[in-house]
Amino acid sequence: MTSVLKVVNPGIHTTVQDLGRTGFQYVGVPVSGPLDRISLRLANALVGNAPTTPALEMLLQGPAFEVVADSVRIALAGCNSAIDVGGDHARTVPSGTSVRLTRGDTFRVVQLGDSACAYLAIEGGIDLTPSLGSASTYVRGRIGGIDGLALKSGDSVPLKQATVVERPEKTLAQPFNLALDQPVRVVLGPQADFFTEAAIATFLSAEYVVSVQSDRMGFRLEGMPLEHAKGYNIVSDGIVTGSIQVPGSGLPIVLMADAQTTGGYPKIATVISADIPVLGRRRPGRTVSFAAVSVGEAERLRREQEAALHQCMESLRVADATVAMDVASLYTENLISGVVSTEA
Amino acid sequence: MDVRFLSAGDTAMVVEFGDRIDRVLSDRVLRLGAKVRAVKVPGVVEMVPTYRSLMVHYDPLETDRVSLERQFGVLLKDDAVSAGEARLWRIPACYEAAHAPDLEDVAQRTGLSIAEVIRLHTETLFHIYMIGFVPGYPYMGDLPEALVLPRRADPRIRVPAGSIAIASTMTAIYPIESPGGWHLISNTPIRLFDGALPSPALFSPGDKVRFESISASQFDDIRQASAIGAYNVPCESIAS
Repeated sequence: MTSVLKVVNPGIHTTVQDLGRTGFQYVGVPVSGPLDRISLRLANALVGNAPTTPALEMLLQGPAFEVVADSVRIALAGCNSAIDVGGDHARTVPSGTSVRLTRGDTFRVVQLGDSACAYLAIEGGIDLTPSLGSASTYVRGRIGGIDGLALKSGDSVPLKQATVVERPEKTLAQPFNLALDQPVRVVLGPQADFFTEAAIATFLSAEYVVSVQSDRMGFRLEGMPLEHAKGYNIVSDGIVTGSIQVPGSGLPIVLMADAQTTGGYPKIATVISADIPVLGRRRPGRTVSFAAVSVGEAERLRREQEAALHQCMESLRVADATVAMDVASLYTENLISGVVSTEA
Repeated sequence: MDVRFLSAGDTAMVVEFGDRIDRVLSDRVLRLGAKVRAVKVPGVVEMVPTYRSLMVHYDPLETDRVSLERQFGVLLKDDAVSAGEARLWRIPACYEAAHAPDLEDVAQRTGLSIAEVIRLHTETLFHIYMIGFVPGYPYMGDLPEALVLPRRADPRIRVPAGSIAIASTMTAIYPIESPGGWHLISNTPIRLFDGALPSPALFSPGDKVRFESISASQFDDIRQASAIGAYNVPCESIAS
């Protein structure tokens, strides 16, 4: 019998993602992959997976599953929420700690707290034939993932491993510091010269609000419009994850994981790669501001982040039973409103 | 205009040859791309050619912007035009009314007869400048001046796959159903993009395309043959 996680509730937008699909942007295929690469890698590390292993990305609200396998080990990362295990073995496992579940267990990620996205990794990974070298789901092109789509109720997430050994569970020694309360750093350009000086100053000082119309392709921002100096059409050129294009409305759109590969609007700046996860986690309705750095600085920040991530993954420690209990009480205090709204 | 190196954050560098749609610029873009692929610059993840620039995606853990600019600068010095080869595709296109919802409108707007629109479109040898918008969508040019029209005032929410469209100086084929604001003047029964194939897109930037008018019954035959893999799109090698 195939080992699967049965989807009891798919959440709002839950997709299979690995580190992305490269090599096909020249024929218009986006990279996809996670909005928050750091948390995907941490979740995989907690269950002992290689960094490139496909996992589940959840947006805005968590899904619920039933274990249809002898045993599985899962871990949640990217939010300050928890995995709620139901049934006979009811317990709450905080984000950043792995847990082993057995056949018939049900579990759900109640909500994602302050984060727009979070990641659920499964030991051994998800058993999918890669499409164009990646399991990442690109829903608009119906490429990758499970039938190229977000999870639906009744879907089965096929597992690579039918069983996992009992061993001490892992937990993060301390949360990874993403500087979530700091301005998101950008490198100005490639078309900063298409904007007035006042527009650049506004962009780097104003507060924007992440629009509810945001998705994996782009985060639309609401706030002060930015004035174009030379119109809002350019001869199309390349787009990268983090490109901030400004169409005629003057309101910036940050292109994210499922960004189209080319575009014809001027791009005032590009979010640096170290801060893509920071923006990726920003929920609609929350504010964002921007600060400029040089390319050299951006490259240095990315290398430092990578070193910190490695250190974090190498210093996982054994989770003891009291962790689950402590966090269970915190969880009840802090997230009670979320629990209520989910059940309402 | 000299070549400009522009930053698109810390994971992409734009090598910009100019700011207009121009075959000469496009050829320089494509030539640089081919050269970089041949020498394999460390840290370069992939490259995306556009009308007037090459976007170089790189891994900032493997290389950096300063080294890349230096390496690309060297590659650009040897920018001699060499006669290369290009693939020429002959794409079957049905211009009959059922497959060409905007053909009559295009004829009216351009002041041409329907037959003249078809003649101009099928007689032009198109160059694929770039592929973008959706997977496999080729931006091809240039249209004869008589066919140049602005985009439709009311973009469609759903343009059927295979639709052959024109707008401004370009023509394109919608590889998958998607929204679109171009004028639909014919349809092709062949498949341009299949994500299940290791080489998912039929076309690459730099390829040439000529449209060949077919009847509605030929359209049905080719579509059936394509579906079972029994139709090879005619393709030949020509001097570029």
